[in-house]
This record gives sequence, structure tokens and C-alpha cells, in this order.
Amino acid sequence: MIGAVRRIWGMMYRHLALYRRSWPRLLELAYWPTLQMCIWGFTSTYIASRMAVGGQVAIGVLLGGVLLWEVALRSQMGVAISFLEEIWSRNLGHVFVSPLRPWELVAALIGMSFLRMAAGVLPAALLAWALYAFNIFAMGPVLVLLALNLMVMGWWVSLGVVSLILRHGAGAEALAWSVLFGLTPFAAVFYPVAVLPAGFQSVALALPAAHVFEGMRATLADGAMPWGHLAWACGLNVAWLVAASLLFARQFRVARERGALLSIGE
Amino acid sequence: MDAIRVTGLVKRYGDVLAVDGLDAVVPAGSTVGLLGGNGAGKTTTIAMLLGLLIPTAGRIEVLGHDMARDRFAALARMNFSSPYIALPHRLSVEENFRVYGHLYNVPQIGRRIAELAAQLDLGDLLKRPAGDLSAGQKTRVALAKALLNKPDVLLLDEPTASLDPDTGDLVRTWMERYRAESGCTILLASHNMAEVERLCDMVLMMKRGRIVDRGSPAELLARYGRDDLEQVFLDIARDRKQGVEI
Repeated sequence: MIGAVRRIWGMMYRHLALYRRSWPRLLELAYWPTLQMCIWGFTSTYIASRMAVGGQVAIGVLLGGVLLWEVALRSQMGVAISFLEEIWSRNLGHVFVSPLRPWELVAALIGMSFLRMAAGVLPAALLAWALYAFNIFAMGPVLVLLALNLMVMGWWVSLGVVSLILRHGAGAEALAWSVLFGLTPFAAVFYPVAVLPAGFQSVALALPAAHVFEGMRATLADGAMPWGHLAWACGLNVAWLVAASLLFARQFRVARERGALLSIGE
Repeated sequence: MDAIRVTGLVKRYGDVLAVDGLDAVVPAGSTVGLLGGNGAGKTTTIAMLLGLLIPTAGRIEVLGHDMARDRFAALARMNFSSPYIALPHRLSVEENFRVYGHLYNVPQIGRRIAELAAQLDLGDLLKRPAGDLSAGQKTRVALAKALLNKPDVLLLDEPTASLDPDTGDLVRTWMERYRAESGCTILLASHNMAEVERLCDMVLMMKRGRIVDRGSPAELLARYGRDDLEQVFLDIARDRKQGVEI
């Protein structure tokens, strides 16, 4: 077990050393969440000023949605981009002739994803508090459960992306940035699932994010978390995580059959 | 005891047969050269020995471990160096060594890095980004990375490519000394015939995915009636026997 922990730390150290030497990478971590918070903060402030009642709840729903969706986005990108760093540096050949198990690599990528997410979202949360008087931490311990579910969703989506990169090479790398954005309409970040057309609702309810955001809105509006939504989010995350892990294991084996670990690139 | 035992190894990519029924044994403590022209199947064979590539058929045992079932136990006692696979170029040489020191569970990494830096004259390079090194420096760094875990089996793909004659000779001398001191088994793929003649106890000659001849350098020279291995290599590559087209 100590060997596994050291190998996981070794891979995390590799990425932390990279960030220490690359300020553009550090800047990029907080750039988009902060920019999003600025745009949506001023937008929600304007909308709230035009509303006779419920303005603060509207601000909370919009800014809470922005912050929590960034948790999912940054978690997903954290895994996928850290994996891409190995491809860009043409280092996979060395990594996989070491005793590093594939699950240990995934654990290290998840560890880096958590650190990247925290470095990106915490400055945006502070900005929301400083500029718009919105304190997402006022939601209390339930915030941890909501954020954790969105992180896990980001991880299984990124396992799917990594699987596609293993299958199709770095040509699939654009998915690392785009795939979760594509799911945004179904995630019901800023509106209830009920406003979606019937067909879209089925898709939305198959995603943990839709349940998380339904729960978040209920908590902000009524102060009570509807635990049914949280249970659905947890159950769906487990199911999707198992499916994505099986896909990753399958594509990793196919990559070893095709010799892609040595040649993966453009 | 055999360090590497390969039986009936086949690798097929669609219609292309890259390795065609390879059988070989590498005795523990020996240095074996894997020679062949471009496309002969050397890199594919090495990739299968390292577990990077799954064979279509056949069996590989390294240090008594079946690579199909138990490759991680073998990989912890192996290492690999190739000038064609990079180390993360923004990390310093020392940071790269630390990463791989953790991956191979090397005790007292700092001390091991200092030892290797002294032995391979890398002291001035440790703080420099790996991407800023010359080709020769990168080759020496890759060799040091391959020795971090004091491997029992070392696979080297053209270990002295890009090195000037002086540095190349230093590295070869160092490899001879390292093998004598550690008892390490070395499988060496190289196009430098003088290097193979100097370092190897046995040579496996590959062509079109098969081993077409094998023996000690002296045996091959005698068999082909040649003075150096380069002529033997050309005889095999051009289907000649003792300099005559066949």
C-alpha cells in the first residue's frame, strides 16, 4: 500500500513541479472561473435590481449555479488536461514501463483535479462574496455533498474523455475542454428541469448534475435540502463511474494491444 | 537462471506481422544485443517485454514473472532507456529523477540521485530543465533514470545514440562496470556494431520479425567469415552468406 501511495504521490509531484515552473498554467486555473463570476455577477445584480421581490434568491440561484458548475467543469478538465500533459511531453512510454498501475494513475489525476478545482473555484467564490455579497458557504455542510457529487461527475466524464484519447489519440483532445460544456443545457444549472422539453428532461434526469442543481435551488429558496435529489445524484454517480471505469479499462487494454502507449500523439 | 524467456512470441497489426514466432532466452547477468534493420521487429519486441504492448500470441517471462499476469512485479525490477521517449521537458533533471524515484519506490531518493550524478557526471545538469539539454545530455539523463531503481533487467534502446565518441566510450565503460558490479542483465538494441561487439555476450539477429541467427560476436564473425559485426549485419540484411548474394 505504501508503494501505491508513493507512486500516486510521484505522479502528483510531477504535475505540481510543472505548475511551479509555469505561471501561465497557474493563471489559467483561476482565469475562467473568475471571468465567469464577473459576467454572471453583474448580470444577476442587474436582474435582481429589476425585480420587486426575490432578487437575492435570484442572485443566489445564478451565482450558486455558476460556482457549482465550475466545480464540475474544473474537476473534469483537471483529470483530462493532466492526462494530456503526459501525451504532450511524450512521457507515457516511461510512465507505463514503471510499476505504476492504471488505477494509480487515475488516482493521481483525480488528486490533481481536486487541487486544480480548488485553485480555480475558491478565488471565484471569494469574488462572489466580495463583489456581490453572495456567500456560498452559508449553505452549510450540504454544500460539501453537492460539490462532491459534481466533482465525481467531472471525474467520470473525464474518464470517458481519457478513454477516447486513448482510442483516437490527441486528435480527441478538444473534448477535454468541450464535452461538459455540451452537457450544460441538460444539467439544469440555471433553471428547473421542468422547463425543458419532455425528451430533454429524461436526459437531464439521467445526469447527477440536474439533481444537484434542483437540490441547490431548493436549499437556497427554502433552506431545506430535498434529500431525494441528493440520493439520486449519488446513485447516478456510482452507476456512471462504474461504466466509465469499465470503458477506461477496456480502452487501456486496446491501447496496449495497438501499441498506442508508445506512439500516442497527433 | 534465465532473466528473460520468450516463447512463440507473435505480434500482428492487421495484415502486418511485426514479430513472427520469436523464441529467445536471455541468461541472468548477461548482456545480449538485439540487432536488425529498421522494421525488423526490435522495438516491437522490446515494447512487449516491457508490457507496453500485448502480444498476439506467445509467452514472456521476466525474472520468473509471467508478463501477461504479473507484469508489475517484474516491472519494479526492470527499467528502460530510449532516446526516443522523452522526459517531461519543463521539469528539471532532478525533479524528473524524483518523480521516477517515487514511481519505482526508490529508498533515499536524494542519495541515489547524488550517486548517479557523480557516476554519470550529471551534477551540473540537475537543476536544468530536461528540455534545455543537448541530445547527448538527454541520453545520459535517460540512462541515469533507467538506473534509479538498480534494475535487475535493463532494456536499452540505442543507449549511446547522439553521444560524441568520448562520452559514448565513457558510458560504455560505465555500463561494463555497472554490469560487473550489479550482476544486472542487459538487453541492448543498437545500430552501433562496435558497441555490440564490445559489450555483448550474445547477439540475436532479427529480420522480418524473426530471429535469423544468434550467437556470441566471435561465433558470428567466424560463421560469416568476417572481421567485424557490421559486415555480418550487412550479410544478414542483404541475404548474403559470407559476402556472396544468396
